[in-house]
Amino acid sequence: MRYLPLTPEDRAQMLGVIGAPDIDALFVDVPEAARKQALFDLPLHGGELEVERELGQLAGMNRAAGEGPFFCGAGAYRHHVPASVDHIIQRSEFLTSYTPYQPEIAQGTLQVLFEFQTQVAALTGLDVANASMYDGSTACAEAVMMSQRVNRRKKGILSGGLHPHYAATTQTIAHAEGMTIVRLKAAIDAEAAVIDAIDDETACVVVQTPNVFGVATDVTKIAEAAHAKGALLIVVTTEAVSYGLLKSPGEMGADIAVAEGQSIGNALNYGGPYVGLFTAREKLVRQMPGRLCGETVDAEGRRGYVLTLSTREQHIRREKATSNICTNSGLCALAFTIHLSLLGETGLRQLAALNHSRAREMRDALAVVPSVEILTPRFFNEIAIRVPGDAAALVEALLADGIVAGVPYSRLDPHAGLDDILLLAATETTTPADISALTAALKGRIAR
Amino acid sequence: MSMSSVGRPTQPAAAIVSEAHTSLTGGRGLLQDEPLLFELGGWDKTGVDLPAAEHDASDLGDLVRASPIGLAGLSEPETMRHYVRLSQKNHAIDLALYPLGSCTMKHNPRLNEKMARLPGFADLHPLQPQSTTRGALELMDRLAHWLKTLTGMPAVALSPKAGAHGELCGLLAIKAAHEAAGHANRRTVLVPTSAHGTNPATAAFVGYSVQEIAQTDDGRVDLADLEAKLGPDVACIMVTNPNTCGLFERDIIEIARVAHAAGAYFYCDGANFNAIVGRVRPGDLGVDAMHINLHKTFSTPHGGGGPGAGPVVLSAALAPFAPAPWIVHDGDGLKLVEEARDEAAQAFGRMCAFQGQMGMFVRAYAYMRSHGADGLRQVAEDAVLNANYIKARLSGVMTPAFPEGPCMHEALFDDAWLEGTGVTTLDFAKAMIDEGFHPMTMYFPLVVHGAMLIEPTETESKRELDRFCDALEALAVAAKAGDVDRFTGAPYLAPMRRLDETLAARKPKLTWRLEPEAPSAAA
Repeated sequence: MRYLPLTPEDRAQMLGVIGAPDIDALFVDVPEAARKQALFDLPLHGGELEVERELGQLAGMNRAAGEGPFFCGAGAYRHHVPASVDHIIQRSEFLTSYTPYQPEIAQGTLQVLFEFQTQVAALTGLDVANASMYDGSTACAEAVMMSQRVNRRKKGILSGGLHPHYAATTQTIAHAEGMTIVRLKAAIDAEAAVIDAIDDETACVVVQTPNVFGVATDVTKIAEAAHAKGALLIVVTTEAVSYGLLKSPGEMGADIAVAEGQSIGNALNYGGPYVGLFTAREKLVRQMPGRLCGETVDAEGRRGYVLTLSTREQHIRREKATSNICTNSGLCALAFTIHLSLLGETGLRQLAALNHSRAREMRDALAVVPSVEILTPRFFNEIAIRVPGDAAALVEALLADGIVAGVPYSRLDPHAGLDDILLLAATETTTPADISALTAALKGRIAR
Repeated sequence: MSMSSVGRPTQPAAAIVSEAHTSLTGGRGLLQDEPLLFELGGWDKTGVDLPAAEHDASDLGDLVRASPIGLAGLSEPETMRHYVRLSQKNHAIDLALYPLGSCTMKHNPRLNEKMARLPGFADLHPLQPQSTTRGALELMDRLAHWLKTLTGMPAVALSPKAGAHGELCGLLAIKAAHEAAGHANRRTVLVPTSAHGTNPATAAFVGYSVQEIAQTDDGRVDLADLEAKLGPDVACIMVTNPNTCGLFERDIIEIARVAHAAGAYFYCDGANFNAIVGRVRPGDLGVDAMHINLHKTFSTPHGGGGPGAGPVVLSAALAPFAPAPWIVHDGDGLKLVEEARDEAAQAFGRMCAFQGQMGMFVRAYAYMRSHGADGLRQVAEDAVLNANYIKARLSGVMTPAFPEGPCMHEALFDDAWLEGTGVTTLDFAKAMIDEGFHPMTMYFPLVVHGAMLIEPTETESKRELDRFCDALEALAVAAKAGDVDRFTGAPYLAPMRRLDETLAARKPKLTWRLEPEAPSAAA
């Protein structure tokens, strides 16, 4: 058992020091009825080779995104991550440390968090960012919960362009806490219906841009309408690379911006772990959830960093905390920050431009496929198309051609009556050959 | 003996020994003062080479961001150096014992890292067709089988993303069950005074009010107080077992029985599962829901504060209310059910987008398979043995909070032994840093004065445990001998001296901003 350093002699000696006759004496407080003497009905320990073989076999049963033309997005995006990112996050000092409770021996993690917060605030055009949330969807739910603490209202409005998983996550938590959530009807141009839904009881309005159909929107007018009624505007983004090209939430009047940060520095990982970005205007900082890292000085006056404003948090405030979050996404935030350091202002802008360019190419190619209708007018790297018949069946059929053609909207929201809508994303990893293969196969399948 | 570059033996000049030597440039040998990224980098500098975009963004019109973002970039060598230098300012499990009580800082096997990075897992999109992710579903199903078997519970919700998120999931299931039974009036949660802060915070987050249960003198739930507080308003009790004092709740079965008799559910905080894995099944104790921190018991790395994973095992009574998604066995094999409304009207909703922390599932499963049924049992035994060894070795110089009987996987001391020394628990902890150890959890649980909660885990050798105990003994002797400066000024030898947390909170500076007088590194 390679992870256990104690030898039988060590154990015997230690029991002697303790003054216990055997190991069972240390479990004496466990009620007799609950003591399991027999081994559980599970396999016995296995060597590295054996375990590696089993997991390799399971991994081999999946089709990795990189194996062929691949167009899935809808909240998770395939991007190239520089090799140095993964190398650095596997350093022992980052990988095997924990929440920086002792700042004198955690300055590495803390300075990274300070850099992360600065980057996230810059990307979103807002003032303060926290040290990460679990992912974009939980960050969205937390933002809605935060809004009611700010203005003491109990109603949240979710745009019909919000990712259905984000909406469901938010509804689940808000419902438990007694908030009313109004989820507007799913539609390509769902943002148009948002302003009319805002009233004097509205705590917040949640709008996603680019939305789940890929539509990029200027939400300035929604911000104005929300503010006129005393409500907060929460802007959600599921593709963080879009910050490199599109107007930031802050510039458009958002009070809180949340995002899925997976696109920068993190692999697809079949849905997690990811990293939630959470930013707000400065005056709201004391209502924010999660950890915050702040600058200070040490006893010799040298600049350093600590976790701060922790009177908001569960370990101090208990039932009066702003959230119950404890462990967040530290290592994913580190990967995000390293990747963004490598990109810099110039690199992120180039990457974003490249994503948009590839998506334009994809759009142009799809536009000439008979019976396919392009639905997304202005987009970043993702579009929605209408196909004849059921989009999910079409995706299954295209698998036989070696193509993963995107996400049928019905997979996210089977009850919206939008079964003929297919969401497709293109990134810097998408090649012209991938796009040609997609359109050729589509033509073949639709003609049949 | 080492040799200099010209072949002469190098020897330290014995006469030159300085206690307060400082460098001329501010660093400390290999420990460099490292500026912020924004002070190092430039807006026009980058560490990536990307092809030019073939199409412009003219189709986006006024949606294009016109103003600078405010990012700084570095070349690849500068990036490596920046983050490697920063890394060297961190303590880590791989460097020395990391005895944070209630955090289970155990060794993180590198096989798990390798497995999680297989393209068949890492490069898998959460929404690609299920027919292309059969191996992922199979792994999740096998993980679920192990978790259910080890806990003796019939169901598990895999999607919660950390321990506190698992608590939230468990309480939402309990709330849904009460609502379905017409008991929406049950809105009180009983929580022991020694509980983790996440317990009351979670209860409040789902709209419940919190009432505390008293503790007995021997560090357990006061059964009489619990019974007195159980009533028709109580939704559930939240009890950590082994508890945060590092003790097994001897009356646990009775605690569950009286809770159930009063119509309440029993939520168990599974943060301390490492003490009993392979030896005790929470299902046999009457638990209705319990989260399992995969980053604690099942060794997925803590990563400087996450990501974790917090699957929740559920009793038969709560299983129907589990959130989407879940895996079912149908004719063709495994299927992921993603929409609660279709197949189970009682599911309470969704905890997050997608399936949960797959990267952690792979690591935890690799760890379980490596240890097996026999190894996991040994894990609990060695974890408990190590903690009791520390308790036995240090009881001569420090005061255990509960001296009678064995502890489980963590040893809890109070600060009675520091009385009159002028040294506090905080000072003592900071002096441990100078001896090369991460401090234990301090001032928690709240029920013990000046608490010091030490959790060594099973992955420490006897040699490292002895090194740790020797260091703490020496410190304890120094504290009692009046060597107060060693503590109150500590740490002296860490990358930083003690940091001013009051200043940080009074004038929060949470992001870097270009100061007017500073050079325009990242305008």
